[in-house]
Amino acid sequence: MSAPQDTEGLRLTDEEKARRARRNKAIGFGVAGLCLLFYVITVFKMGPAILSRPM
Amino acid sequence: MSDLGADIRRETLISNADPLDFLSLLKPRVMSLVVFTALVGMVLAPGAIHPVIGLIAVFAIAVGAGASGALNMWYDADIDAVMGRTAKRPIPSGRVQPGEALSFGMILSVLSVMVLGLATNWVAGGLLAFTIFFYVVIYTMGLKRRTAQNIVIGGAAGALPPVVGWAAVTGGVAIEPMILFSIIFLWTPPHFWALAIVRKEDYARAGVPMLPNVASDRNTRLQILLYSLLLIPFGVAPFFMGFGGWLYGATALVGGVMMVWWSIGILRADDEGKLKKACWSLFGGSILYLFAVFAALLLEWAGGLAWALLRGSLA
Repeated sequence: MSAPQDTEGLRLTDEEKARRARRNKAIGFGVAGLCLLFYVITVFKMGPAILSRPM
Repeated sequence: MSDLGADIRRETLISNADPLDFLSLLKPRVMSLVVFTALVGMVLAPGAIHPVIGLIAVFAIAVGAGASGALNMWYDADIDAVMGRTAKRPIPSGRVQPGEALSFGMILSVLSVMVLGLATNWVAGGLLAFTIFFYVVIYTMGLKRRTAQNIVIGGAAGALPPVVGWAAVTGGVAIEPMILFSIIFLWTPPHFWALAIVRKEDYARAGVPMLPNVASDRNTRLQILLYSLLLIPFGVAPFFMGFGGWLYGATALVGGVMMVWWSIGILRADDEGKLKKACWSLFGGSILYLFAVFAALLLEWAGGLAWALLRGSLA
C-alpha cells in the first residue's frame, strides 16, 4: 500500500493560504460582531427592565 | 506545458478574494451618502430614539445599501467588465466569484433588514427591504438595460434612505421625509446624465440605453436642465414647510441656482471640450449640492440641540 501522493488535487499557494486565513478571520469577526450587536440591541431596547423579569 | 484543466479548476474552485474585495462590493462611497441622508431623516423626525439604537439603525441601513450594491455588481458583472469605469470591480477583475458576491449580498440583505426591524420597527425594516428589492430587481434587473428612464425611476431606491431613517424613529412616513425623497429623486437624473454624456462610448459598448445614447444631444441637455429647474422648488420646500431654517433655505436656493447654471453650461456647450468640462462641473457640483443641503439640515439640527442644552444648563 502506498501513501497518498501529495501532488493530488489542488494545492494552495502561500498567497492563497494567507488570503483564506484573512477571509476566515473576517468571517469570525463578523459573526462575533453580530452577536455583540444583538446583545447591545437587547440591552438598550429593554433597558433596566432586563433585570426585572419574572422567573 | 500548462494544464488548462487544472488552471480552470483552480480559477473556479479556489477563492482568491481578500476581505477588502468584499468590502469594495458594498460600494463604500455610495454607502457614505446613504448614511448621511438616512441620518438626516432620522434626526429630523419628531420623537426620540436612543442614540445607540439610532446608530445601529444607521449602520443597518448602510449595510442594506451595501448589500444591494453587492447584488448589483453580481448581476451587472458582464457589463461592468466592458466599461472602463467599472472594469476593475472585484467580479470582472476575477478577484471575487459571482456566486460569492451573490451569497454575500443576500446574507447581508437579510441581516440588515432583520437588525433594523428588531432594533427599531418593522415599517423601517420593510422599507429597507423594499429599497433593496427596488434597487436590485426593479432597477438593476428590470430597467437598467431596457429603458432610458432607468436612472429616473431607479433613482427612487437612492432617494429612500431618509424615509427609512424617519420611519426608524416614528414607525411611519410623513410629508417631510417625502420632500427629502423628492430632492434626491429629482437630483439623480442630472447627476447621472452628466456622467453618461462623458461616458457615452462606455455605455454604448455595454449596451446600456442611457439617455445620451438613445436621445438626441439637445433632448438630453434639455432634460438635464428641466430636472435641475424642478429641483429648485423642491429644494427650498423644507424652508417653507418649516423644517429647514434660514441656513438651509439659503443653501438650497444658491445650490439650486448653481445646478441650473451648470445645466445651462451643458446646454450651451458648442464643442466636445466645453461639453466635457460642463458635464464634470455638473457631476461634481451635484455631489456638492446634495452634501450641502443635507449638511445644512444636520447643522441646523445640531445647532438647535446645542442651544437647547445650553439654555437648559443656564436655567
